[in-house]
Amino acid sequence: MLAVLVLIAIVGGMLLNKDFPTVDNWSNLLANFVEIALMALPLSLIVITNEIDLSVASMLGLSSSLLGFLWAYKLAMPLAIVICLVVGALCGALNGFLVVRFRLPSLAVTIGTLALFRGFAYIILGDKAVADFPPEYAEFGLGNVPFTFIPSPFVLFIVLALIFWVLLHHTTVGRSIYAIGGNQTAARFSGVNISRLKMLLFIASGVISALAGIVFTFRFSSSRADNGTGFELSAIAAVFLGGVTVQGGKGTVTGVVLSLLLIGIINNVLTLADVASEILRIVTGSLLIISILLPNLIAATQERFRLMQRQREITTLGGASAAK
Amino acid sequence: MAGGQGWLNVLLRSREGSLVLLIAVMTVLTTSLNPRFISPQSLKDLMLNVSIIALLVLGQTVIILMRQIDLSISSIVGITAFLSGSLFINHPGIPGMVVVLIAILAGLLLGAVNATLIAWGRIPALITTLGTLYIFRGANYAWVHGRQVNAVNVPASFLAIGTSTFAGIPFLTWIVLVLLVVFAIGLRQYMVGREFYAIGSNPNAAVLAGINVSRRLATGFLVSGAIAGLAGALWLARFGTVDATAAEGIELTVITSTVVGGVAITGGVGTVVGAVLGALLLSVFSSTLVFLRVPSFWQQSFQGAMLLLAIAADAYLAHRYALRLRVKWSHV
Amino acid sequence: MNIPMTKNSLIRTFTLICSITFLGAVSYGQDKPIKKDLKITSIPKNINNPYMVIQSGGAMDACKELGAEGKVVGPSETGASAQVPYINTAITQHQNALLIAANDPNALVPYLKKAMSQKITVVTLDSDTAPEGRNVFINQASSEGIGQSLVQTLAKEIGNSGDFAILSATPNATNQNTWIKYMQEELKKPDYKDMKLVKIAYGNDEDQKSFTETQGLLQAYPNLKGIISPTSVGIAAAARYISTSPYKGKVALTGLGTPNQLREFVKDGTIKEFELWNPADVGYLAAYAAAQIASGNIQGKEGETFAAGKLGNRTVGKDGVVLLGPPTVFNADNIDKFNF
Repeated sequence: MLAVLVLIAIVGGMLLNKDFPTVDNWSNLLANFVEIALMALPLSLIVITNEIDLSVASMLGLSSSLLGFLWAYKLAMPLAIVICLVVGALCGALNGFLVVRFRLPSLAVTIGTLALFRGFAYIILGDKAVADFPPEYAEFGLGNVPFTFIPSPFVLFIVLALIFWVLLHHTTVGRSIYAIGGNQTAARFSGVNISRLKMLLFIASGVISALAGIVFTFRFSSSRADNGTGFELSAIAAVFLGGVTVQGGKGTVTGVVLSLLLIGIINNVLTLADVASEILRIVTGSLLIISILLPNLIAATQERFRLMQRQREITTLGGASAAK
Repeated sequence: MAGGQGWLNVLLRSREGSLVLLIAVMTVLTTSLNPRFISPQSLKDLMLNVSIIALLVLGQTVIILMRQIDLSISSIVGITAFLSGSLFINHPGIPGMVVVLIAILAGLLLGAVNATLIAWGRIPALITTLGTLYIFRGANYAWVHGRQVNAVNVPASFLAIGTSTFAGIPFLTWIVLVLLVVFAIGLRQYMVGREFYAIGSNPNAAVLAGINVSRRLATGFLVSGAIAGLAGALWLARFGTVDATAAEGIELTVITSTVVGGVAITGGVGTVVGAVLGALLLSVFSSTLVFLRVPSFWQQSFQGAMLLLAIAADAYLAHRYALRLRVKWSHV
Repeated sequence: MNIPMTKNSLIRTFTLICSITFLGAVSYGQDKPIKKDLKITSIPKNINNPYMVIQSGGAMDACKELGAEGKVVGPSETGASAQVPYINTAITQHQNALLIAANDPNALVPYLKKAMSQKITVVTLDSDTAPEGRNVFINQASSEGIGQSLVQTLAKEIGNSGDFAILSATPNATNQNTWIKYMQEELKKPDYKDMKLVKIAYGNDEDQKSFTETQGLLQAYPNLKGIISPTSVGIAAAARYISTSPYKGKVALTGLGTPNQLREFVKDGTIKEFELWNPADVGYLAAYAAAQIASGNIQGKEGETFAAGKLGNRTVGKDGVVLLGPPTVFNADNIDKFNF
């Protein structure tokens, strides 16, 4: 169903605005949600295992601040990038540790680490901003892959999406992830090492959020403590819209990618049509709700229809036997 | 049975008791370093700061007890706060009580949207209220669009709710205290209250026990909406200025306070008194950081750490309690 | 060849040459026509900000006068990246000019440069970007002047001695940090040696945060004698708190704010003096500057002059900065004359 919606959105966009299908516009469209798209990938896996990670945007901000900080202190850029990724992994490990080892609810833990990590970002940079990054990195952030309209950072997303797709749908690890989400106790008795898997997922979320922070910093040549504030809500909305359920155990990478594309296209079309940003919010919220309401309603109607069928069968059978 | 334990021990073992202790310790420490901490003005400020959060916490507790969540409260408060202000601007002379009632009604209506989607549409609360958080806030922006209500538009008598005191406690705080008592008694003594706990503890068992879970869920979200509506009117009284971003982000503070107050996010455990004490603790903590001149940039980290400590302590205590129970009943 | 010149013809020729030169000088840049139907997009810091609404309103009024097609679009948040989609949209929509109050001085530059490379005029207002990202910057008043006058006003009110604090907006706002920098420069002068800046608090341009930050300042610093708040949201919130507290009259408050919001506080003595300009004029001037550049009449270089409708003729200063003028000082004597 998502694929249909995406097609409708594209067609709608083309009809509404002659500038929609231009190369430049698509380049902007794809670049626009790169960071959210990156964060949504590991997040969807985490939600499938019936956990959640609300601290992704704060890890993005922390990574961005740290990168600027290290660069301002004349550290070599490749080294700074590696350090940021490691810090991201550590943040993810903290989340994982608290959730797995202490068995704390991930919703509460990641609300806490959301504040904690964002706070670290502010401690590092305060009210300063770092701006002059080396041109070759800024080029990467802003440029397209040669001869195409695909933004260079988007390639990162494509690669990671492929990796996650293979992981989730074609490996035993992926099957274990679904198993944990479906029935954790059964999974444990099937020999799945739940603790290790969840820990790895949280660490992955940390590393990829840190990567998103690095991409953001280069895309805007700006390292600020408030970078990415609020992005977690968009990432979560995309994950749920993509078919991953709250109870866990269901969802696909394709679904999440399609939902990211859908939200990106709708945002783009509406902005081109000068629709106010507040309407965008309403649309995103409504999409989220409708995406679950509609299947529920359809299922409920089918159920009622089936019940009515059975009732009719019983009455005709009863009538037939009574008539005998 | 844990016989022979005095009331002091029971108090200290309870979540509420440890919260009171923590607040007392923090207050004493900070006052010794900066006596202005307990001056009448700063105490009044503290009570006013906590009041609106404490009010929202009452509604959120009912929701979280049932293993649900309501993220949309910040948007509801934003809308009703501006609504209250607009009523004063467009209908000069309108009595404050009428405005408050309309605000509560508006909150109820918005809460009804949540209630319908969750109880009838069977959409999980996290997704529904995330969606309505977006939708209501978007609608708020579209409606307000850069305008704002200023204190000068609001009658002084209404603003007095946020400033005048009775027996040293601001009116606003009295309102919240009364509601706290109502909720505490309702949840403890009345069937309805016990059913909320049951639904959170074990939803399947609740259904089997004959509890109308859908109706209770709907009630919970209606209550949360109405409370948020009231909070919007009181927001106007307290701050006097309302623009499109009023109350944005407050839902995280409310949920944090509730969890710190001992209401488990997995449902079925906790009290409103505890939750309000949680809100008080976080407020006192913030004040402490300010009084001790902790650089502003450190405050968010401290608050995050506080929440993590609170839930870790909670889990630890629950674990110990479960162990004790297991030992106690191991002879069975 | 010798042309015999009589005295009369000499005078006549001389006068003719002078008049032609004079007319040429007068007409150059002053009366050149502005193209009609220019497409101008105004991007404020965020669209729900009441101050920005007044500013954009002024820009749209100017667009009406100019026969240009103006519109206001923008984000709801003030992050570094929030305005980028709107810049990109303006490029895709082939706009002629962009008016932008920047949320970040550097993040937008690559995108603005792209706009300029597509022949879109970029004019910044209220909050500047790095100079290579725009044609001109409309500054409401000299930043140095604002910083100095705010310190001078407060010093006057607290007798040049005591602790004071600054209540700012967001930590990264360009204009705020520029003004604060000039305030700190001014403080180095010997006149202010007994005054100490104890804290810079951030209200994030949110009313309730500014309110609670003011509380925090007064609680943490018992000896605080004054607060400077160079943001209309901050000063209004601070005034509201102070006027209902025992600090009224004891702690001086000044800064930048709108007369309508602060009128009652001037009347009840919480604020003695504050300053501001008319935000609508800033938007108006920006739109005219953009239209003139987009019509090819000026290029935004230092020394050029252009006509700006009811605001008269304006000159471009150093680094492409156009000043609106000195801020107006509001106090009990004149506050009733203004309505914004």
